[in-house]
Amino acid sequence: MDILFFIIQALAFLVPILISVAFLTLVERKVLGYMQFRKGPNVVGPYGLLQPFADALKLFVKETLKPSTASPYLFFFSPLLFLILALVLWSLIPIPQPTLNVNLSLLLVLGVSSLAVYALLGSGWASNSKYSLLGGIRAVAQTISYEISMGLILLSILIWTGSFSLKEITLSQQNCWMLLPHLPLLFMWLISTLAETNRAPFDLTEGESELVSGYNVEYAGGPFALFFIAEYANIIFMNVLSIIIFMGGGSPFSTIPVIASLIISTKAIALVFFFLWVRASYPRFRYDQLMHLTWKNYLPLSLGLFSLTLSILVITNSSPFIL
Amino acid sequence: MNFLVFLTIAIILSSLLLIVGHFLPSRSLELEKSSPYECGFDPINSARLPFSFRFFLVAILFLIFDLEIALLFPIIPASSNNISILLPLSSVFLIILAAGLAYEWQQGGLEWAE
Repeated sequence: MDILFFIIQALAFLVPILISVAFLTLVERKVLGYMQFRKGPNVVGPYGLLQPFADALKLFVKETLKPSTASPYLFFFSPLLFLILALVLWSLIPIPQPTLNVNLSLLLVLGVSSLAVYALLGSGWASNSKYSLLGGIRAVAQTISYEISMGLILLSILIWTGSFSLKEITLSQQNCWMLLPHLPLLFMWLISTLAETNRAPFDLTEGESELVSGYNVEYAGGPFALFFIAEYANIIFMNVLSIIIFMGGGSPFSTIPVIASLIISTKAIALVFFFLWVRASYPRFRYDQLMHLTWKNYLPLSLGLFSLTLSILVITNSSPFIL
Repeated sequence: MNFLVFLTIAIILSSLLLIVGHFLPSRSLELEKSSPYECGFDPINSARLPFSFRFFLVAILFLIFDLEIALLFPIIPASSNNISILLPLSSVFLIILAAGLAYEWQQGGLEWAE
């Protein structure tokens, strides 16, 4: 009976995520449209609200094919793995209660999100096409480079909250959001999440002018839709994670169940809008600039800030927040 | 246990989407259509290209630094009981880490373009 209840709970959590991914594609096109003095999709349904479902239907009835030289199993397994990992990540997010009560949830989030690299590498390599191979290698190099700076940024936060549990991180920010003492870290973190999800100024993996579409160039129809859903689910996930780590989750009312969830979603929507705004505003980076940014700027800076936060903790002789 | 149940649900949901995308469309395969994409040309040679050594170097650097971050993680549970010994120990570790980065930087391992 417990398991049945859990299954219903998990489905009631996962299906809305898939729907929100669908609407994110609409929001993206609308926001980009209005920022370029266009209207965006407005024909299918009222205000274009049914557009994402029409798109999904179109994608799933499109002919999907495997290039004759591609490796058969890895080719279809990679998008599957990408989506599975994107969905599993969501189980650990406390809105305000996590679906899975894990003690070291942030550690698990870091581990599971690192696994997504295999999906990128697998799809890029298994397609057996030059563009997808180059796109895959670029994507992997970019993702793993930014993972390091993200890990070090997280260390500085965690040393003050004193716990890996996302729920306790939220609770520790009831009086002061982490973005106030850690403002430089917040900026670095936001830029790293942009790079980690391969978003606009860092979307070198799909640089249209050179690589056509990057690692997913050979995918069409259903498998491409899986990549698409997983990428957008990762974008929303990263923003919710930033909210929980830096902006206190459902902070002013984090103990009231429904209102806390609403506050988390509102903050997350604001951050997603920030992602779209960045995409509309900035041109793409060059690849050496991208690597320069993470290895020569963020890595030394986050190392220094980590020693600073640790020293502050020791000098003021205060133990981290303990529930 | 619950994690496995959630994982199974995620696998089933994703497989369902993949299967739907696999069996819903009608197909007509032909030789040209199933050749790897190369801007409308026939593929000239194998796509298993040799790639730049820089990417390999980035992967090696990632391995080292990620390992060091993994070794830094136990500081956090340790910080709640004895904090006075924490600073010297972790400082030694961080100095080694920073010295490694400085050495790598000075040797030109972080330069992307010559």
